[in-house]
Amino acid sequence: MGYRNHLALAVKDFKDGVSSIYVWPMLGWLEIKQRYRRSVLGPFWLTISTGALIGGMGPLYGRLFGLDISTYFPYLAISFIVWFLIANMVNDACTVFISAEGFIKQIKLPLTVYILRMVWKNLIIFAHNLVIVFLVLLFWPPAIDWHVLLIPLGVLFIAINGIWIGICLGLLCARFRDIPQIVSSLVQVAFFLTPVMWKPDMLGRHQWAAAWNPFYHFLEVVRAPLVGAATNWFSWALVLGITVIGYTAAFLLFARFRVRIAYWV
Amino acid sequence: MSHVLAKDLLVEFPIYGTQSRSFRHTFLRAATGGRLARDAGERVVVRALNGVNFEFYEGDRVGIMGHNGSGKTTLLRVLAGAYEPVAGSIVVDGRIASMLSITLGMDMEATGFENIFLRATIMGLKPKQVAPLADDICEFSELGDYIHMPMRTYSSGMSMRLAFAISTSIAADIILMDEWLSAGDASFSEKAQSRLTRLVDQAKILVLASHDEQLIRRSCNKILQLDHGDLVKFAAL
Repeated sequence: MGYRNHLALAVKDFKDGVSSIYVWPMLGWLEIKQRYRRSVLGPFWLTISTGALIGGMGPLYGRLFGLDISTYFPYLAISFIVWFLIANMVNDACTVFISAEGFIKQIKLPLTVYILRMVWKNLIIFAHNLVIVFLVLLFWPPAIDWHVLLIPLGVLFIAINGIWIGICLGLLCARFRDIPQIVSSLVQVAFFLTPVMWKPDMLGRHQWAAAWNPFYHFLEVVRAPLVGAATNWFSWALVLGITVIGYTAAFLLFARFRVRIAYWV
Repeated sequence: MSHVLAKDLLVEFPIYGTQSRSFRHTFLRAATGGRLARDAGERVVVRALNGVNFEFYEGDRVGIMGHNGSGKTTLLRVLAGAYEPVAGSIVVDGRIASMLSITLGMDMEATGFENIFLRATIMGLKPKQVAPLADDICEFSELGDYIHMPMRTYSSGMSMRLAFAISTSIAADIILMDEWLSAGDASFSEKAQSRLTRLVDQAKILVLASHDEQLIRRSCNKILQLDHGDLVKFAAL
């Protein structure tokens, strides 16, 4: 089989996966339900635990940084929730295929299904956490304009990027089992290096450190409109650029190694 | 027109994380299992199917025989589409029902009724298509009100009844089975057998792997014998 053929099959897997609209939403939900089965509040424990974290960190770090709580608290709440979405997807991307071993070795489902299941699961978690953002914004209403319309688009782009990350990391991690450990350490470091808790302007003349951080721009496309900052079109351009490059890399990898995944998991 | 064509089917499992050097001398003469070999990259691989050729036509009832590790299950999984061959090709025309793992997709914490939808969705049905089958499955499995209880409350026999009822409720052109399915106690077992036989009779092709020669003689019209991943015999019974 020629490479062209492999690429066509990878694209077919992707299309079939996306159109399996009864399978991946069900599997994604099931994962959440399994975790919270028999608990009274169910997935709202996610909301509560995130809320407790933000409620505790907000006043503390506002104080440490000497910032006005009414602007810092909403900033932190939004940052955290978007960061969780990104970080959880990157971490979960490592195990998309490994954790689906039982399925992959038994039946023929498009492999993209397992990636969409992971992205869907994290979007559900995100939706639960969103309750906190609404509460915080009710308390400290932001000055909003039409730019808020970009927020759903920003979330959509984070999810879309989760898919190519799922393909790349899922595949590499299925073959090299050390990579999940490396990724989880890097994500932890990235949390501190990315302006999640702090603001880039605190860096003074070292603001380039934030500008060069791709995570920062993914945060910005969702966060900026809600904290009254001007939309950074450079962030949007970068997000679009990363999307294109990411999908190109993902399809090249997927075309080359898709058939090997069943043997690796 | 249901049809299966396999040409020079080669399946190799790479073995990672073994000290290949130390067992280089011992792997050559294993009594069971696929052939241990080395691929082009000098990695140790288990060659589970070693260039197998066959063709199944409508009406074929193929019994796969062979000792442990001869490649029976691997061949079924290749037919199911889970593994794509490393070399050679396989073309399968027809809707496949894989009975290799009939509980796949089921969740112990979900109720029996929910599991009907979970399992059937994994088997490729839309919720709309499952709904009309649900009544029959509930009735056949004889679970009564237990169908609305979480599956973890079931005995293993009850779980098997449900899994069996769901998996045998969808007609298919090609049925793949690893050993003949059975479920439940004596009275249920009889009912189950007639349901399974009916499903198999409706199917155009059956591929059944088994150690039981009597069973294969009873239910198949062709035999495919594997040994260390080689096809040693493929003939009419």
